[in-house]
Amino acid sequence: MLMEMGLDREEIAALATIRSELKEIPAQRRYLIPLLQRVQQALSYLPQAAIQLVAQHLHLSPSEVYGVATFYNQFRFTPPGRHPVRVCMGTACHVKGGDIILEHFERKLEIKEGETTPDREFSIERVACVGCCALAPVALMGDALHGHMMTGKVEGLILRVQIEKEKARREMGDRDER
Amino acid sequence: MSASETSPLEAWTALQAEAQQRERQRATGHPIQITVGLASCGIAAGGMETQAAFAEAIATQGLPAELRTVGCCGHCYAEPVVIIDHPQSGFPALFYHEVNPGKVHMLVRNFLLGGDPCLEHVMGAMEANDLLPAVNDFARFGLEKRIVMERCGRIDPASIAAYLADGGYGALASALALSPAEIVARITAAGLRGRGGAGYPTGEKWRLAASQSATERHLICNADEGDPGAYMDRTLIESNPHQLIEGMLIAAYAVGASRAKIYIRAEYPLAVSTLEVALAQARQHGLLGDAILGSHFGIEIEIFQGSGAFVCGEETALIRSMEGFRGTPRHRPPYPSVSGLFDAPTVINNVKTLSIVPPIIAKGADWFRGIGTAESPGTAIFSVVGDVTHPGLVEIPMGVTLRHLIFDVCGGIPDQKHFKAAQIGGPSGGCLNETFLDTPIDFDTLAEAGAMMGSGGLVVMNAESCMVDVARFFLEFTQKESCGKCAFCRIGTHHLLTCLEALTKGKAEAGALELLQTLSEDICNGSLCGLGKTAPNPVLTSLRHFAEDYRAHLEQQRCPGLTCRPLIAHYIDLEKCARGCDACVGVCPVAAVFTTSTRKKGIDIDLCIQCGECIAACPPQYDAVRVVSPPALAPRVERPQTDPPKNAEEG
Ligand SMILES: Cc1cc2nc3c(=O)[nH]c(=O)nc-3n(C[C@H](O)[C@H](O)[C@H](O)COP(=O)(O)O)c2cc1C
Ligand code: SF4
Ligand code: SF4
Ligand code: FES
Ligand code: FES
Repeated sequence: MLMEMGLDREEIAALATIRSELKEIPAQRRYLIPLLQRVQQALSYLPQAAIQLVAQHLHLSPSEVYGVATFYNQFRFTPPGRHPVRVCMGTACHVKGGDIILEHFERKLEIKEGETTPDREFSIERVACVGCCALAPVALMGDALHGHMMTGKVEGLILRVQIEKEKARREMGDRDER
Repeated sequence: MSASETSPLEAWTALQAEAQQRERQRATGHPIQITVGLASCGIAAGGMETQAAFAEAIATQGLPAELRTVGCCGHCYAEPVVIIDHPQSGFPALFYHEVNPGKVHMLVRNFLLGGDPCLEHVMGAMEANDLLPAVNDFARFGLEKRIVMERCGRIDPASIAAYLADGGYGALASALALSPAEIVARITAAGLRGRGGAGYPTGEKWRLAASQSATERHLICNADEGDPGAYMDRTLIESNPHQLIEGMLIAAYAVGASRAKIYIRAEYPLAVSTLEVALAQARQHGLLGDAILGSHFGIEIEIFQGSGAFVCGEETALIRSMEGFRGTPRHRPPYPSVSGLFDAPTVINNVKTLSIVPPIIAKGADWFRGIGTAESPGTAIFSVVGDVTHPGLVEIPMGVTLRHLIFDVCGGIPDQKHFKAAQIGGPSGGCLNETFLDTPIDFDTLAEAGAMMGSGGLVVMNAESCMVDVARFFLEFTQKESCGKCAFCRIGTHHLLTCLEALTKGKAEAGALELLQTLSEDICNGSLCGLGKTAPNPVLTSLRHFAEDYRAHLEQQRCPGLTCRPLIAHYIDLEKCARGCDACVGVCPVAAVFTTSTRKKGIDIDLCIQCGECIAACPPQYDAVRVVSPPALAPRVERPQTDPPKNAEEG
């Protein structure tokens, strides 16, 4: 389908699931945000095809849906990395140098906040207080939270992911050889 | 609907008896009780690993111990927190701090198996005794007055039985025996003011909504908690969700609401799932749905997940977003109590406000008025963070002084540094200097000082902090979060931010401070909602109380707090640097540290990003790294040709 251009197989499948779930949800405007959240949960971002799907279901124009979605910080329109990095930029973390941590992630991954690395391995986002200011500055790698961050820890976290990936690649290779 | 034969009180008494029975059964066969704090900050500090280590030890060694989970006890500086109740050892229940898996193994071996409680790792006993000090003897515990957080960190948030057995939902049972008007009267008599920031009288809000003639009324709990530096609402939900639910049920009954919702940030997954579990349990126990506790009163509570926009904490924007639109505020009146969600009368209250309701119903208005001040009765919950020895959540009576809160309760400023400022109330609040240390804090005194109770975020800052930078930080936030409806808020905050950024880079032009002042006043006057009206507060208060900070940035390109990175420089004092030491070399993220011709270290000013890691790495006996502002004060040390700059990316 034209609408699904640019999506990979998994994403198309997820979209199909959502399409079938939509039947359960009344076509009322108040379900707009919950629906967008549901889509983002399944796809980790809101591709254009999903916006259209939601718009169609609620009898709204895609631009109206897009207008609402862009208002809220939660929604993203490009796919995040497999290891999304989120750096806390809340007050306590700011006071303890959170910007230095953010910059160092940017420097090491060679992307800016809001971007994803070309191999889709990492992305960087800033978040507001994640609720453990006593550990400031704080960063999340995936869902794992790391407190008392330092630039050295930034490098360690990235390295750890890369080592895991390398290990997985070798194991795959071993299996193929057998 | 037909009410059953039993009264709500009888129904509740039966529920409670059953819960107590279940709690007793749970404890039998497990003489040892181990409790791990697993709210967000406990998990962040490694609480899951601590819990797993205990679980493994219990399983492999067949210990007669039960592992329980609680939420946040407020002592976030001490996480992961563990309480061990081992009556056979002869010791009372003991509070351990910073328990990592290594400490777990030690405690299992020495205490659970050997009977030695490892006193050097104990913070205190949970109750007074003759053997060792109790935690309540410490200021950080003993000086608090807990009403809302009383059960936080004490009971398992995932267990309704724990809450019921502890007397929970008893206030609901008594409330259902009163008329709605009697409850509103009691809340009014208690003088309860909303904890969402502005301190509006709750009883008045409820009365207004109840007096509207309408077929449908809504109750919304505001758990949006948009302040980027506060986390008490989330922690309350993660630690004791049933008290909020109980408060909501009482409020819904009092205002005659037929629908209730909790608007909670989607970024709070643990709080959301904790709530979901709690709501399901309440439903199972006949505390939610039709005929609650066998009465005529019935209501459902639904969760609505907010999508992260600070302005949606504002009540009219919140309603707009629940209706499926961009969350832009609208003019009030009409107030939501008159016309709110889907144009029906809607009461919106904060998590803390609703969580205070059950204790007021249970203990009465006079009891509540006996705490705090005449105009602001009750307690305030602060999340105290920043340069303070014991950060975390603190619940104290309204009207205590900042000095008491920061120095007596939270242990003062670490590293023998001096107090410089307290930022109170988040993006709507203000920066106060030491002349405010002895001002009693309540809604009204803070407003007079140009700050605000706001969310209750309190950031303590020592002499090495910069108020211009703090103002810039908050303006960056509010500028981004402005919904864009009002020109003053949308464009004005942008100008303020540009001006503050120029100051922090030493590039501001003459007249900048006057511009900040007048522009701030214009934004306050020209904005529709609280976001715009209060966004300049961090600027106005810091201009007023820390004018010298601003002048130094403007006139001397100097940052007195040594914070604004374009205005500072790190250098190594060659007199102090130890020959051959290279502790600072490895930590520098950009390979700016080089070896001088005398085998000491120098910093390449062109590479250095002023991160300060070399200061932390330099051994205290040398203490050779210095910071100065303006940067020209740093002596220039030439980098020898023999140690050329490496490409930092290679490392
Ligand atoms: C920009 C802005 C953000 C707000 N954020 C919150 C919030 O996160 N939580 C909250 O309870 N109230 C917030 N409020 C206040 C609400 O509009 C409302 O006054 C409050 O929820 C009423 O509850 P209360 O009477 O219990 O205080 C905010 C107000 C403004 C103007
Ligand atoms: S003051 Fe700001 S946030 Fe509030 S309505 Fe106006 S533009 Fe929007
Ligand atoms: S302040 Fe940071 S960047 Fe500069 S020399 Fe020290 S460690 Fe390196
Ligand atoms: S400010 Fe970063 S965790 Fe609170
Ligand atoms: S979350 Fe654990 S003590 Fe605060």
